[in-house]
Amino acid sequence: MSNYYQAEVETLPTEELKKIQSEKLVKLVKHVYDNVEYYRKKMDEKGIKPEDVKSVNDLHKLPFLTKADLRDAYPYGLLAKPLTDCVRIQSTSGTTGKRVVVFYTQHDIEIWEQCCARAIMAVGGTKEDVVQVCYGYGLFTGGAGLHGGSHKVGSLTLPMSSGNTERQIQFMMDLGSTIICCTPSYAAYIGETLKEMGYTPDDNKLKAGIFGAEPWTEEMRRDIENSLGIKAYDIYGLTEMCGPGVSFECTEQTGMHINEDFFIPEIIDPDTGEVLPEGSKGELVFTTLDKEAFPLLRYRTRDICVLSRKKCSCGRTFIKMTKPMGRSDDMLIIRGVNVFPSQIETVLLEQGYSPNYRIEVDRANNNDTLDVYVELTSEQFSDTVKDVSIKEKQLAEAVKTMLGIKPNMHLVPPKSIARSEGKAVRVVDKRKLHD
Amino acid sequence: MSVKQISVFIENKKGALAEVTKFMAEHDINLKALSIADTQDFGILRVITDKPERARDVLRDAGYTAVATSVLAVAIEDKPGSMAAVLSVLNNADVMVEYTYAFMSSAPGKAYMIFRVDNNDKATKALLENDIKITVLE
Repeated sequence: MSNYYQAEVETLPTEELKKIQSEKLVKLVKHVYDNVEYYRKKMDEKGIKPEDVKSVNDLHKLPFLTKADLRDAYPYGLLAKPLTDCVRIQSTSGTTGKRVVVFYTQHDIEIWEQCCARAIMAVGGTKEDVVQVCYGYGLFTGGAGLHGGSHKVGSLTLPMSSGNTERQIQFMMDLGSTIICCTPSYAAYIGETLKEMGYTPDDNKLKAGIFGAEPWTEEMRRDIENSLGIKAYDIYGLTEMCGPGVSFECTEQTGMHINEDFFIPEIIDPDTGEVLPEGSKGELVFTTLDKEAFPLLRYRTRDICVLSRKKCSCGRTFIKMTKPMGRSDDMLIIRGVNVFPSQIETVLLEQGYSPNYRIEVDRANNNDTLDVYVELTSEQFSDTVKDVSIKEKQLAEAVKTMLGIKPNMHLVPPKSIARSEGKAVRVVDKRKLHD
Repeated sequence: MSVKQISVFIENKKGALAEVTKFMAEHDINLKALSIADTQDFGILRVITDKPERARDVLRDAGYTAVATSVLAVAIEDKPGSMAAVLSVLNNADVMVEYTYAFMSSAPGKAYMIFRVDNNDKATKALLENDIKITVLE
């Protein structure tokens, strides 16, 4: 009775799944050792040979990969296939500084779209559905992933991309969209706009929404469900793995099934790197199994969560992960964009400002706000309000060029940034993102 | 003739003005004129003082964001139309006024206006040519 895209895989008994994972892992480790110098060096440094990895039980022997490795190896250092076999790149949201560029072969696109197709069918999607994709299209993986998944399911796909809310609503009403895919904050915004326009939740044909790319709470889920008259489902992913679809919620709404035939999850202690038993809270680490162009072994996501293989009423046997409960680094996700405070600091220093700043993130009307407070020193101060405003605008633009999102920039007197124990408090996240 | 005005960048919050004026008092800086430009977040306190260089230095040493700016101090008759006449001269000379504020002089019948303009030399020349007295403050 459950709705599967690939029932035979999605309901595999765990032992069989482990067998498949082991076979794929052994092959992959040998392939990257033989073909990717970066991996060979890392494995040699740890004294690990491909022969040491005989099954998934040996996974813990392999070295971790971090975002720093991806930057070191930028752009081609981790490529495991000739560039001529690659057909696509996608990139993380930051435009400079911490850029990550990921390559896909035809096969990689195929498995990514399968992941998203599974996610759409897990929420009840079929070829009868009209799927409105209002994730951004472009380098960001949101649009492309759900778009491809929707095609695979055979649904009628509306490639709306993000923004232009009135047009979104017009298409939704006129073409009878039944499934909507976007960030949760954008879904909440569409809900509010519908209400302002005088629509009730019964006026649209939507039945489900697939929301991801940023943290959201159970409270937001209920708000979105009420305002749009739908069931709201979570989807998880990261560009480094493929994009959205690494894991997805089913109708039970109690966590996201990880596509374990493509990705092996582990939970580690972020401080020691030690692998923790199922049910422990820790940092999520992924190993890709099927990716050709950009396979990643033991990639540290920095997301903190818990894994559980408790039997699910939907019949899927894939392990479930909770919504990320936080980060083991200082990355913020603001309007779906990955933001590191250090990126903002880089812009400030480049523009000749002091490194004394405070970043405040909040959420107003279900939309993230980003305020940056920077000390204005005597050297840059020129006495008129107009000049201060111009400087604020220029800085906001410079940050936008770096991050892709524009902050509210505030130049402030030196002593006004709160310090705790003499050290400036750099980041204040006032959002209550985790229940 | 221009005079040095000290501008201090302060927070727009309760107590900020009290704090900085108290600081100046403690450093024996006498305020002859004062004006504030404010926005939602910040204010710019502008003062004319007897010891501008010293005022700037002690403020900066104490961590304030402060600059000295050349502004024009213009003596005008304390009667209707004097301000309009000055502005008309400046406008005709294509001088842009960034801001202006007044302070009363002890001399009867006179008022002093402070002007921050985009070009002090051009403004001074235009005012002198029109017989408007530009004053050095004692």
